[in-house]
Amino acid sequence: MARVRTGVRAMGAVLAVVLGASLVGCSSTGGKRAEERAAAAAEGRAAVNTPRWTFAMVTHSGDGDTFWDIVQKGAEQAALKDNINFLYSHNDEANQQAQLVQTAIDKKVDGLIVSLAKPDAMKAVVAKAVKAGIPVVTVNSGSAESKEFGALTHIGQDETIAGEAVGDELNSRDRKKALCVLHEQGNVGHEQRCAGAKKTFDGTMQNLYVDGTNMPDVTASIEAKLQSDKSIDAVVTLGAPFADAAVQAKQTAGSKAEIDTFDLNAKVATGLQTDKLGFAVDQQPYLQGYEAVDLLWLYRYNRNVLGGGLPVLTGPQIITKDDAGALADYTKRGTR
Amino acid sequence: MSGSTAAPDQLDERLVRTSPLRKLLGRPELGSVVGAAAVFLFFAIVADSFLQASSFGTVLYAASVLGIMAAPVALLMIGGEFDLSAGVMVTSSALISSMFSYQMTANVWVGVFVSLLVTLAIGAFNGFMLTRTKLPSFIITLGTFLMLTGLNLGFTKLISGTVSTKAIGDMEGFDSARALFASTLTLGGVEFKVTILWWVALVGVATWILLRTRFGNWIFAVGGEAGAARAVGVPVIRTKIGLYLGVAFAAWVSGQHLLFSYDVVQSGEGVGNELTYIIAAVIGGCLITGGYGSAIGSAVGAFIFGMTSKGIVYAEWNPDWFKFFLGAMLLLATLLNAWVRKRAEATA
Repeated sequence: MARVRTGVRAMGAVLAVVLGASLVGCSSTGGKRAEERAAAAAEGRAAVNTPRWTFAMVTHSGDGDTFWDIVQKGAEQAALKDNINFLYSHNDEANQQAQLVQTAIDKKVDGLIVSLAKPDAMKAVVAKAVKAGIPVVTVNSGSAESKEFGALTHIGQDETIAGEAVGDELNSRDRKKALCVLHEQGNVGHEQRCAGAKKTFDGTMQNLYVDGTNMPDVTASIEAKLQSDKSIDAVVTLGAPFADAAVQAKQTAGSKAEIDTFDLNAKVATGLQTDKLGFAVDQQPYLQGYEAVDLLWLYRYNRNVLGGGLPVLTGPQIITKDDAGALADYTKRGTR
Repeated sequence: MSGSTAAPDQLDERLVRTSPLRKLLGRPELGSVVGAAAVFLFFAIVADSFLQASSFGTVLYAASVLGIMAAPVALLMIGGEFDLSAGVMVTSSALISSMFSYQMTANVWVGVFVSLLVTLAIGAFNGFMLTRTKLPSFIITLGTFLMLTGLNLGFTKLISGTVSTKAIGDMEGFDSARALFASTLTLGGVEFKVTILWWVALVGVATWILLRTRFGNWIFAVGGEAGAARAVGVPVIRTKIGLYLGVAFAAWVSGQHLLFSYDVVQSGEGVGNELTYIIAAVIGGCLITGGYGSAIGSAVGAFIFGMTSKGIVYAEWNPDWFKFFLGAMLLLATLLNAWVRKRAEATA
């Protein structure tokens, strides 16, 4: 018992030191206090009195993906407004994602939102949902398959069109040799983006695959590439967190390349403002979540179908230094 | 027939003089050094930009980030255990540091300090559970790995509302902490990351512990045969907990590097890296069964890995085959390593 008590006492002492240190060692800049000072408490209330329907969203997101976090935020806010009971689940393995859709069908949800990153694996289970009378909206990837699978509509970005927009933008910036950095080998959407960019870009473009779960490795790989080819004057990353890694790689390699990226976050917004980044291609993930829930509600309430069954595009929106300032606050709260 | 003089042909085998060359051939890291030289020569020939001084800085950086973790992981493997939670623990350490500083609006050094305590506690938990339950370390650390993965995501989402942490770049103490964990030193026009110094220091300390201290003998003893070690008075429990604390300390260093180089940490990172650390230790001559290996070997292993993964980029090979090349190079390096060791043991 004595040993236990000394252990507890030691832990108490450590805790006291930690708390004491945190009080003494306060930072007068940044931190949560700054956020609290800035943020006004906003409370959401349902804007309609339709029955409380249950909508499920099943995506192919991996754990801890910032992009899907924003999609989810959009969906949750629409759900709050539309008086919807919103269920979210995700798995980056197609087979597991299909099983999650099956559980939503088993739960007899009133609406289903699903992403079709691996369409073949999802085909059967989406057909099952449609057969069970559940209205389905597809989001993000799968614009080509959506209608064929029996979904009401598709909300997202056409990856090839987004890539083509990047190629055009690089042309207008007089770039000659670009690098397309893919952080997930085997992701069809990523390949389409780089292929689209290659199609419209007048210069030459190469692909570089990096290990997205290991940031220092991403930096070192881009660094190595920039060192081996000094003529590269543009680097395009396919996700916001990788843009910062590219900026660091550029500095170490002493390269003059412009760093551009897909997607937006707070760091990208600041990077654009401070000229560390050239431009960002935003596909507005918030819209993908928000509109998906809202469209299901409209369908349930009024049998409306936006886009007449054709895909509704949320991007690409090219964001440069001029727009970045206005978006910075929204990126900080995690909705852009 | 006096007992004071022994016939020369009956000398104890431990007292037999061995030539320096033979001694060298018996070192665990020799095979990997040969492998490293082969990989180096290979890329020096096929990739033009591989021999540039600036490329050397990049390769060393890639190797150091891995090597910082590979050194204590090698010691742990010599001690006969695994740590599958090492990769995610790095992310945990960075998250704790960032979130504590941010939520408490504290000087970032406070977060760094708290993170050290918590990370060491996780290491102690691994060691304590292992020695208490007597379950294999594979199971114990697999459990920790999964729990940490979940905690990283869950806590980050709960506290910051998103899956990545808030930026702490504008907080007090950030610049000095960055200088320690993530600065860049310029030597002769070439930029070197400070992680290289951390790496050299950690490998140095690990080698000293292994070869010059009593604790080092204990590590070899518990990895060779824990029961026999206990019988001759080696504190097996303390040694194993100590080894897990070593891994936790290195995870803390790596985690702080991650945080202070990118300012924001993503909670889903780090999964899969634990295998890379083990691979580096194995290439460096550590036996998976324990009892044999060296810390310098882990550094050579990390260096091979760094050269291979970056050399492929320098060589501008078709990126579709990237993973295949990486795997093939690693396999070749390890085979060469094993072959040299076998030759060395046969002639010894």
